[in-house]
Amino acid sequence: MRRWPVVLGLAVAAAGVGFWLLTRPATLSPAHQQALATHAADPARGETVFWAAGCAGCHAAPGIAFNAPLEERLALSGGRRFETGFGTFVAPNISTDTDAGIGGWTLEEFARAVMLGVSPTGAHYYPAFPYRAYAGATPGDVADLWAFWQRLPADATPSRAHDLPAPLNLRRGLGLWKRLAQGVAPPAAPDDPVVARGHYLVETMAHCAECHTPRDALGRLDSTRWMAGAPNPSGEGRIPAIPPQGWSAEDIEAYLSSGFTPEFDVVGGSMADVVVQMAQLPAEDRAAVAAWLLTLPGRD
Amino acid sequence: MFEFKRMTATALALALALPLALPQAALADEAAIGARKAQFQLFAFNLGVLGSMAQGRVEYDAEAAQRAADHLFNLTRFYNPALWPEGSDNASAENTRALPAIWENLEDFTQRYGALQTGAEAMQAAAGTDLASLQGALGALGGACGACHDNYRAPAP
Repeated sequence: MRRWPVVLGLAVAAAGVGFWLLTRPATLSPAHQQALATHAADPARGETVFWAAGCAGCHAAPGIAFNAPLEERLALSGGRRFETGFGTFVAPNISTDTDAGIGGWTLEEFARAVMLGVSPTGAHYYPAFPYRAYAGATPGDVADLWAFWQRLPADATPSRAHDLPAPLNLRRGLGLWKRLAQGVAPPAAPDDPVVARGHYLVETMAHCAECHTPRDALGRLDSTRWMAGAPNPSGEGRIPAIPPQGWSAEDIEAYLSSGFTPEFDVVGGSMADVVVQMAQLPAEDRAAVAAWLLTLPGRD
Repeated sequence: MFEFKRMTATALALALALPLALPQAALADEAAIGARKAQFQLFAFNLGVLGSMAQGRVEYDAEAAQRAADHLFNLTRFYNPALWPEGSDNASAENTRALPAIWENLEDFTQRYGALQTGAEAMQAAAGTDLASLQGALGALGGACGACHDNYRAPAP
């Protein structure tokens, strides 16, 4: 009879150890660390990565107009709010400020954050930060991006806390979510080099699926309905399926460089921020994006 | 006693009038929403003439470009607050993507509409000159459209 408390205690302890093991934050592999360290980083190439990856789309200050000077989008002060079914996320300051931002980080810490969703102190980031997409980035691109980052201004605006209900406010549990989301993946990359570049830009860099693909109850993207359109996570309306019905490669390229739809409506909402950033890419990159998108079924 | 009667009468009159007044207000909003949408469709139609040339889908035609730019100029002169009555946002009315934020930031909204007018004015001066001038003016014009769409228009349903 007296053995039961002991058994119960052991079971609880075992569950705790199991949880701890299952939720351990990942680290970069030695090969990855070496690839980062030996890459001859090029800030000019990093600028292309910066616009392709859409960093400013979430981390620039709120309320920047579509036609505002581009420099406004380089101050990554954070503060944009994303109201979702799980709670409200607030984009943090990731400017080069050493206190308020990430100016004190090393390249390795930056790469671990971007590709594994783990902070320098070993805390999991919420997947509002699209590290699952960025996980496919080449080490060279991440190193180039970090080289470009060093040219960005520092901003002292303090980051604000997310507003999430328990138990979602316990970051450790995100380790479990990361495991559960492991099977989620975009359609495989094609062989054709141009379409493959488009795949990399769309699926890894621009993380289009984060909004254009519906999610399940656990917040995981639905691999079977990739880019099929989804409810707007932060309000009314729907995020449309892509590519939109009837759009040609020319239509997609024109939209991503100017914001004009084939009917000469003009982009709005959060997509306006995406277009501003995609417009900074070389034209052949937008052509590659169109080439990949047009391989998708593009409907609900 | 007299006061009480008058209040009762007022309340009664209001109670009777309300069901009549509400649908009428909704109808007026519906008409305003339809009218402003028509105005914006005319923007898009003329923008389409200019944009198709700028994108090289249609050959540049100075006369047609100038005509479209003139129309756009005249259409954008027309900012009628009566087309934007309070309560005609997408939270209160059907068939509109206009966000309540418009009425919360009416000054900013009007200012951004002013940028559209400026853009249309620059286009009017450029469209008939040559293709390069038209292309140069289109960026600012599209930017002015987007500057309102990013904060004041909901995604399509």
